[in-house]
Amino acid sequence: MTSMDFLLLTKGPLFQIAIAIFALGMLVRLVEIFALGRPHNYAAARGGQLIPGLKTVYKRFNPDPGTFKRAPFDVIVGIIWHIGFVVALLLFIPHIELIKSMFGVTWPGLPNPVVDAVTAITLFALLATLIHRLTHPVKKFLSTPEDYLIWTVTFLPVLTGYLAYHRLINPYPLALGLHILAAEIFLIVLPFTKLTHIFTAFVARWYNGAIFGRKGVQS
Amino acid sequence: MTEFSLERGLNALREEMDAPVASFFSSCVHCGLCATACPFYVETGDPKYTPIHKLEPMRLLWEQEYTLWGKLKSKLGLGKQVTDEMLEEWEPLLYDSCSMCGRCSMVCPVGNDIHYMIRKAREGMVASGHAPEGLIAASVRAVNTGSPMGLQWKTLDVQIKHVETATDLEVPIDKQGADYLVLLSSMEIINFPEYLEAITKIFDHAGVSWTLSQQCFEATNAGIQIGSKDIAATLVQRVVDAAESLGVKNVISPECGHAYTAIRWEGPNAIKRAYPFKVFHIIEVLDQLRAAGRIKTEGKEMDRLSMHDPCNLARKSGVIQQQRSLMDLVADNFVDLEEHGKFQWCCGAGGGVSSNERAEELKMAAFKRKKAQIEQVEPERMVTMCATCRTQLEEGLEEFNMDIPVVGLTEMIADHLVERDKPDDAAAKAGG
Repeated sequence: MTSMDFLLLTKGPLFQIAIAIFALGMLVRLVEIFALGRPHNYAAARGGQLIPGLKTVYKRFNPDPGTFKRAPFDVIVGIIWHIGFVVALLLFIPHIELIKSMFGVTWPGLPNPVVDAVTAITLFALLATLIHRLTHPVKKFLSTPEDYLIWTVTFLPVLTGYLAYHRLINPYPLALGLHILAAEIFLIVLPFTKLTHIFTAFVARWYNGAIFGRKGVQS
Repeated sequence: MTEFSLERGLNALREEMDAPVASFFSSCVHCGLCATACPFYVETGDPKYTPIHKLEPMRLLWEQEYTLWGKLKSKLGLGKQVTDEMLEEWEPLLYDSCSMCGRCSMVCPVGNDIHYMIRKAREGMVASGHAPEGLIAASVRAVNTGSPMGLQWKTLDVQIKHVETATDLEVPIDKQGADYLVLLSSMEIINFPEYLEAITKIFDHAGVSWTLSQQCFEATNAGIQIGSKDIAATLVQRVVDAAESLGVKNVISPECGHAYTAIRWEGPNAIKRAYPFKVFHIIEVLDQLRAAGRIKTEGKEMDRLSMHDPCNLARKSGVIQQQRSLMDLVADNFVDLEEHGKFQWCCGAGGGVSSNERAEELKMAAFKRKKAQIEQVEPERMVTMCATCRTQLEEGLEEFNMDIPVVGLTEMIADHLVERDKPDDAAAKAGG
């Protein structure tokens, strides 16, 4: 197999399979959650659920001052790499063109050097989170093989993207093929691991805000 | 209670699985930030006290039975099973090192309401026979005698007579159609008799129509603490029966945190129907009376006062401003702890920890967070509105040789009432 064959494989059938597993898997996960429902609540409500729920969805992007003081590394590095990942994913012009070709929607991107810098920062931040996970007593204690697996499948698309952009792997079709393969692994692994939090965290935050909101507390 | 078994425990856990729980377990990325919100972790530094870790048996069951991937894995014989040994190992984590204060639920970045799940996980622990002895004993006493401390009406009756003599006021008992049914907690009756005297004076002053009930005077609910919906329903039903037979419009929960969440939020769900009356914490009622101008006070406390918000009242029930408005009425030099209201730190004794002798050491360790908060503000006295918190603060401050008395807010209000004119009752002057 030539590197071009490899690229065509990753851009073609493998991409279709990955998208299908991701979409179907995530749909199943969401159905599994919502199908459980919530029992009727007979207690007289003090406040609403919808708005407090939505506020909590937003507020958890921005931790309370006490948490920031007690875990500044988590807050700062966590925010940096999440934003970096999303910027590289959604504002890199070739990615936008791929999305346009698939869904027909489009938006303006950032200049390549900007995305390049963001990617480099994201890589460093992700490495820092790995070191933190391996050394912080609580994180080390909680971590399971799955945590290291999802770190790896998150790190690889960013790393291979960076290497491909800088032509650090040759030939180029191989570099691009590896990047696409890494993204496909990410998509395939997502529904079966805690990477689901990309979607379910919004659901969880809403329920949290709704449960507290009903009792008159904005969580 | 019937036979306990692992299968009953697992069934109880299955009953507790709902969409929020599934969304929470789906979202945890093991960041460990919940640990920084937990006084039991913060003050011991032991990672096993990380809040989300306390839910591992429940998470395992969820993964194996409520996710396609988990079902596949367990069909192939992969992955750990929830066993009796595992539940036994988790018993101290779910009871001794968790006061269900809910602070972790406020900080989780993915939004997990962890204390919501701890409450649910305890159902499985009770049904599988893994609840702490101290809490079992309190529950049995509550079911059999009506009080978790085995206290009987005749003990309360003696106290009522004392209050009547001291105040020259009547303590109404079994008054049909009163506006408010007043409940008490056994701990309050034993440790803080001042409370009953205080409300007797305040309600007389404000002209409130109220009553105690001989049928049911206990507000606390050991079933909520141990995690048994059945016991909780039995105990709540007694309150509902008493309130309905007297035809009261409102029920007042005393200066107790969990009693309030038990009756206010969990009670209707335990008995599966809405109440025909409203439920208030005494602090809510006092603040309503204040707002309506029915409490007239004179003089103010001049020393430096700070306040401990009970978790059950503030973070878990939204009663935060009321106690501060009441403080303004009677305190000249009030200063809040840095993290207060919905971000307050637990005293360490709630959620059944104080009824669980085995947890004594952890309870005192967790208190150190509160102690640090108090040291930062350097008050001369602390004010609170929960008998469990108050006892814990008193014991903790004494343990660390800190000479800071703790007072109940209701008593403090009663101390500042303007004496009401009572032309045909000159003896009223003897009170106060």
